[in-house]
Amino acid sequence: MPDIIQIEHLRYVYNAGMPDETVALDDVSFTVGEGDFVGVIGATGSGKSTLIAHLNGLNRPTSGRVLIDGRDMWQKGEDLRAFRFLVGLVMQYPEYQLFEETCAADIAYGPRNMGLSEAEVAARVREAAAFAGLDEALLQRSPFELSGGQKRRVAIAGVMAMRPRVLVLDEPAAGLDPEGRDTILSQIRDYHQKTGTTVLLVSHSMEDIAKYADRVLVLSSARVAMYDTVEAVFDRAPELLRLGLSVPQITQVFLRLREMGLDITADVYTVPYAVKTVQKALAAKQQRKGGAADAP
Amino acid sequence: MPAQTMLKVQDLRFRYDPEQPQYAVDGVSLCVQKGEFVAVLGANGCGKSTLAKHFNAILLPESGTVLVEGMDTRTDERLYDIRQKVGMVFQNPDNQIVATVVEEDVAFALENLGVPTPDIRTRIDEAMRLAGIWDKRESAPHKLSGGQKQRVAIAGVIAMRPDCLVLDEATAMLDPSGRAAVLDTIRTLRAAGITIVAITHYMEEAAQADRILVMSEGRIVLEGTPREIFSRPERLHRYHLDVPQAAELRDELAKVGIRLPAGTITPEECAQALYELLK
Repeated sequence: MPDIIQIEHLRYVYNAGMPDETVALDDVSFTVGEGDFVGVIGATGSGKSTLIAHLNGLNRPTSGRVLIDGRDMWQKGEDLRAFRFLVGLVMQYPEYQLFEETCAADIAYGPRNMGLSEAEVAARVREAAAFAGLDEALLQRSPFELSGGQKRRVAIAGVMAMRPRVLVLDEPAAGLDPEGRDTILSQIRDYHQKTGTTVLLVSHSMEDIAKYADRVLVLSSARVAMYDTVEAVFDRAPELLRLGLSVPQITQVFLRLREMGLDITADVYTVPYAVKTVQKALAAKQQRKGGAADAP
Repeated sequence: MPAQTMLKVQDLRFRYDPEQPQYAVDGVSLCVQKGEFVAVLGANGCGKSTLAKHFNAILLPESGTVLVEGMDTRTDERLYDIRQKVGMVFQNPDNQIVATVVEEDVAFALENLGVPTPDIRTRIDEAMRLAGIWDKRESAPHKLSGGQKQRVAIAGVIAMRPDCLVLDEATAMLDPSGRAAVLDTIRTLRAAGITIVAITHYMEEAAQADRILVMSEGRIVLEGTPREIFSRPERLHRYHLDVPQAAELRDELAKVGIRLPAGTITPEECAQALYELLK
C-alpha cells in the first residue's frame, strides 16, 4: 500500500517572473503513512500554508509532484474534484466561511456536493456533529447565533462530514481559551483514533504538538528542516530556537536542569512523563544516598 | 494617591444590544496604577475585550464610569486626550497597518494630529527603537513577519507617547519567536514606565504580569498576583482556564507526594525547585 501522501521535490514560486518573485517551497520531499498524526510547525512565512494548500489542489506545484493515495491530481485524466473530497482542509478561522441558514445545512454542504443520497447526507451530518462535539439541538439553529468556538466546530464538522482520508487543520485552536483548545484538539484526536483518518495539524503551540502528534514536520525558509518523531524533533532544542520555534515549556524545565549540571534526561515533552521522570530521579538519588550510608 | 491611578473603573455595565438582558460587562470595578503590568484572563465571551475597549473610549459605559487619569471617558471634549493617553494594539497585525513603509506607518497618527515634522522624526525614531523594529524602519510592512508587524503597530501607538498600552490578544496569531519578541518589547516599555494591560489566553504570558484579573460572565471573579492565581488550578479550571505547564507539573507532583513551593509557575522557578530536590 502506498503512503497516503507523497511529496516529491515540490517547488512553488509566487509571482514567477515578477520583481517580487518568491520561492515559497523549495525541494520539499516527505511522505505520510495512512493513519499518521503529523504536527506541522514553522515560523511565520516558512511555507506551512502554501504546503497544505497543495494537498487538495488549491495550489499547483511549480515543479515536483504531490501524490495522494499514489495518484497525481495534476495528471491528465485525473478528477481534481475527487481529491478535494479525499483531503479535507480546515483553514485558519474557518468560522468566517459559514454561510448556510442552519448548522445542519452548513455541515451538509460538502457531502451533498459529493452526490450522496439525502439519507446518507443526514447520517453524515449527525456523525460529524458528534465528532466535533456539537449538540444535536444546535443543528437547527443559525450558525451566526453561535459562539466563536461553536462556529468553529460547525466548520470542522463540515469537513469531517465528507469523510476525507486526510484531514488537514491550520491552527484549529487559534484564539480559543485553554479549555476550548483542549476540547477541540481532544476531539480531533478521538476522531483520528476512531476513524483512522490521517491528520495533519498546523500549530504554533509546541505544547499542543507534543501532546497530540506522533510525528513532526518542521518547515524553515521554504524547506523541510526536520521530519521525525516528536521525541527526536524536540531533542534538537537549540536548532528549533534558531528556526524561530521553541520546545514545550516542560522540556525547557528539564533542559535547564541539565544546564545546571543535573544528570537527568531532557526528552520530556508532556507533564505525565515529567512526573515519572522526577519520580525516577528521586528514587535514584535516595538509592545513591542509601548506598553511600551503607558503605563502610 | 489619586495622581498615581492610571485607570479607574467603577460599576461598569455594558450591553451591545440594550434590548437583550445579557450584559457583556456586568458590574466591573477596578484600578490600574501607573507603571503596573496587569494581565486579564478569561474564557471566550467573558467580556474581557469589551472591557478593554472601554479603556480608551472605543466603547462608552451604559452605566458606571471609566476614568483615564481622572478624565471621564464620556466627556466628548477629552476624547483626543484619552486616546493619546491610552493606546490599543489588537490581535490581527494585518488589520492595523496602513502605510507602505514601516516608518510612515509609525508616523501616521502623529501626522494626523498635526505634530511638527522635526518632532515627528524624533518621536518615531524613539518609538521604533523602543519597539525593537528600528532596523526595519525602511521595510515594507507586508514583507515583515507577524511578530515584526505587531511591533510596528506597537511603535505607532508608542509614538503618541501614551501612558498606558492595552494589548488585546496581541500575540494570539504569532509564532513562538514573534511572541517572545513582543513580550520583550512589553518588558522594555514597562522599564520605560508605561502602564501595560494585556488581555491574553496564554497563561505563561500572564505569569509575567504584576497582577492578574480573571473575568467570567462579565465580572471580575479572581484577582491577585500570578503566584496567587496559579496556586489554585481547580479554581481556574472552573473558569475554563488553565495554569502554565510548570505549575501543572508542580500540582501533578504534589498528587504523588512530591512537594514543590506553591509559587512555582515559570520554567526557571520549576527548574530551580527541582534542582534543590534532586541535586
